[in-house]
Amino acid sequence: MAIREILKIPDERLKRVSEAVEVFDNTLRAFIDELEETRLASPGAIGIAAPQVGHFQRIIIVDVSNMRKPVENHGHMILVNPEITHWDGFELGREGCLSVPDYTGNVIRAEDIHLTAQDQWGETHEYEMTCFEARAIQHEVDHLDGITFLDRLVSRRTDLFQRKVYQKKSKKTEKIKSK
Amino acid sequence: MLTLVGSDQPGIVAQITHVVYHQGWALGETSMLRLGGNFTIMMMVAGAESNEALEKVMQPVAYRLHLHLHIDEISGGLHQHALPNYQVRVMGSDRVGIVAQVTGILAEADFNILELTSDVAGSADEPVYIMTIQGHSVSELESIEKALSTLDDVDVSVKPIEILFG
Ligand SMILES: [Zn+2]
Repeated sequence: MAIREILKIPDERLKRVSEAVEVFDNTLRAFIDELEETRLASPGAIGIAAPQVGHFQRIIIVDVSNMRKPVENHGHMILVNPEITHWDGFELGREGCLSVPDYTGNVIRAEDIHLTAQDQWGETHEYEMTCFEARAIQHEVDHLDGITFLDRLVSRRTDLFQRKVYQKKSKKTEKIKSK
Repeated sequence: MLTLVGSDQPGIVAQITHVVYHQGWALGETSMLRLGGNFTIMMMVAGAESNEALEKVMQPVAYRLHLHLHIDEISGGLHQHALPNYQVRVMGSDRVGIVAQVTGILAEADFNILELTSDVAGSADEPVYIMTIQGHSVSELESIEKALSTLDDVDVSVKPIEILFG
């Protein structure tokens, strides 16, 4: 096993779309071990996608079970051919990336997702995920499609906040009325 | 640090950066903002020559664009991003003193403000003031919430910012 080199922007290969995994053999599993070893060698990385190490197959690893502030999670996940089948809600959050050193930015992601993926043995699993874990999945699946969070950055002065205010405000008005 | 402030007009950034570039200065991180028809830009520039030399080359373009020019020597280089760990959002009917009160309380809670934006939403006869602050503090979430709860006529929410790296 070996730690692989992580591709960094502006490497054009980060824009490549990865291909589906069709053969679930020991070669695949050996690669997944290397991918995980590479993730663990990167401080704070809650996920990694195969194309980040120059391997263009649809494989990601996500684990948000060790956060400073615990979040809802499914533990350590090896996800092969992951497919998001349902999106709901939206939430603004700050992201950084192993392939984008020393930079973070705000990105809007779906709050809740449904996910179908295979494991390293080819067996299919379904997941329902929320918030931080759902964000991590969306970030990594984007890598499989040649997209980094830089492609989804929103301005600091986003009108997302204002939309939320209108909801709050109507609640408040009701409160006042009922007094 | 090169700071230029004045009325907004098309082409300002292009004209300023053109001069910076052609006079041999390297441009680092920049932040530009337009607010109420006004324009401000802060640019980290680096070069071999003195502050005075920079001022001399920037003065004509600043004069032509009616911008105030300000130059400070800074010790820092690139890549010294402080990362926020809390977001504070304040909403309420528009009244004087909200910003001063909120930031005063945050300062006492050792909360270092990294980004602050505020805006007025709602209708003309029922304006709603919204302020979003991102910053860093070693204080616990509960103690920041408690300190801010003394403001009873505004809606305050404090959220930890968990930055995702992947
Ligand atoms: Zn990434």
